[in-house]
Amino acid sequence: MGLWRTESREPLGAGASFGPEGIEEEEYAPQAGETIYVHEAPVRLWHWLNAACIVILVVTGYLIGVPLPSTTGEPSEWYIMGYIRFAHFAASYIFTVGITFRFFWATIGNYYSRDMFYFPVWRRSWTNNFMRDLRWKLLLTDQVPCGAGHSPITRVAMVGLFLLPSLFMIVTGFALYSEATGRDSWEHHFFGWIVEFWRNTQDIHTLHRLGMWVMLVFTVIHIYMVVRDDILSGHSVIGTMFSGWRFFAGRR
Amino acid sequence: MPELDQTYWERFHRLGISRRSFLQFCTLAAAGLGLGHEAVPSIVQAMEGKPRIPVLWLHGLECTCCSESFIRSSHPQVKDVVMSMISLDYDDLIMAAAGKQADAVLEEITSTYKGRYLVAVEGNVPLAEDGMYCFIGGRPFGEILKEVCHDALAVVAWGSCASWGCVQAARPNPTKSVPIHSVIRDKTVIKVPGCPPIAEVMTGILTYILTFDRFPELDRQGRPKMFFSQRIHDKCYRRPHFDAGQFVETWDDEGARKGYCLYKMGCKGPTTYNACSTIGWNDGVSFPIKSGHGCIGCSEDKFWDKGSFYSRLTDIQNFGVESNADQIGTAALAVAGGAVAVHAAATSFKHMRDKYRDEGGGGSGG
Repeated sequence: MGLWRTESREPLGAGASFGPEGIEEEEYAPQAGETIYVHEAPVRLWHWLNAACIVILVVTGYLIGVPLPSTTGEPSEWYIMGYIRFAHFAASYIFTVGITFRFFWATIGNYYSRDMFYFPVWRRSWTNNFMRDLRWKLLLTDQVPCGAGHSPITRVAMVGLFLLPSLFMIVTGFALYSEATGRDSWEHHFFGWIVEFWRNTQDIHTLHRLGMWVMLVFTVIHIYMVVRDDILSGHSVIGTMFSGWRFFAGRR
Repeated sequence: MPELDQTYWERFHRLGISRRSFLQFCTLAAAGLGLGHEAVPSIVQAMEGKPRIPVLWLHGLECTCCSESFIRSSHPQVKDVVMSMISLDYDDLIMAAAGKQADAVLEEITSTYKGRYLVAVEGNVPLAEDGMYCFIGGRPFGEILKEVCHDALAVVAWGSCASWGCVQAARPNPTKSVPIHSVIRDKTVIKVPGCPPIAEVMTGILTYILTFDRFPELDRQGRPKMFFSQRIHDKCYRRPHFDAGQFVETWDDEGARKGYCLYKMGCKGPTTYNACSTIGWNDGVSFPIKSGHGCIGCSEDKFWDKGSFYSRLTDIQNFGVESNADQIGTAALAVAGGAVAVHAAATSFKHMRDKYRDEGGGGSGG
């Protein structure tokens, strides 16, 4: 099915595998034709809502820092910055509620709803799999790491390039928002200390904007990796985020 | 020596200020503090009954623009009234006494009025070379400051120098200038930033302290909330143009002539906490944005080090070359995009090669 699908040189799962906790991960190898329910409905809903929020936030955020060409005429006829800022704030609320929900869901959902929130560096099997995953991603081996959950490098990237930057954006974002809502607002009450920490809020604007670029870099890498894995890994990736099921095609 | 046990009213009366002018001042003070008409009697009462609090005004490493601003307090009477209202017993800039005489005043007030005098500080403290960069009467300023502040009721830091460090503390800060609060740690330091602060803000804060016998409510950074709780942007009269998306794109363009928003010209109004857009300057005549120039954020910490006054995005100087967030971000994105492209191409190449080998038969398969 894939353009680059090659002849099978090793049994499925002979590379690194990473299965549900409680199962010895190295020993857990999905069989060809097997399907595993990975992403539960709330996770999928969150994923796409979150993606839409990021698109809106990046576009509107960019335009807040570097506005569109000036309009002319009476200011009462236009509300361009107003609408852009409204979209940014509305999307950021949804983004924040979504992430909060996602954290909550990680505590009650299945194993795969948790694995992007941490990576067990303390587990030998994980570090071994990490090295295998790294060799695969550096094109040093043909052994495809195969598992139902996030691969070791993906887990590191999710924490470092998505979760932490997201939290940073939420905290700095609400700190900036508190500037407009005022000193007596709950935003200032909870996030105002950020403003005091950096003193000059111009710095927070700058850092918030750098954060936007980090999110963009994440998006580029994320989409590339997902498409690549969908083609090469022998199991479904993109479809899984729609259906929830991970299908292991095997390698003939 | 001023007679310190006089009340304000006695003092005014002696200076020939009429009862009418006195009441006018009290009304103005109430309005300036954001109080209603019903607060006027209590201000009058306080002014009539309370002895004046001695104020010692010290000058450190500074340019005196705060004093210049202060003596230009808007209402004609305010200048006189405020100057006599605070018992300004020591201000080496405007006092008649000099040398030993002046030092004697300092000595007397600090010993006689322990815990009952205010210290107003203009300028900051250079720490490099044991304070060699600011010597007053043969002693480093930091030493004098510590001594004078020791028994003070509170310290008022006038201006951005005393509050944050301002231009002397800008990178690379050769004199190691530090704001007052990093030298005086055991006293309330009320920060009144601005370069200079607005005259009415200065007099308003003193009036508040003297009238109500308490400090104005301060924010987390130590600035009085009544003047520093909102940004220039929040009360800017050009805000409708911002919301509409109408900006000055270049100086002297159509937008500049029509008074559009100066956001794209690097106006720091959205990140600057001050009262310029409500109180204005020079008797409320104007303020920078009203005059067609963006706010430079002079009441914010380290505003000198935030890159150009004329760019909206701050330069980030940690990389040796000056570049702003967007330049760094675009570069990072280009690197990521390039890496993705190279990685994809390499993957493709490798698999094509493997396939060729497999088809050719007997390939090792990597």
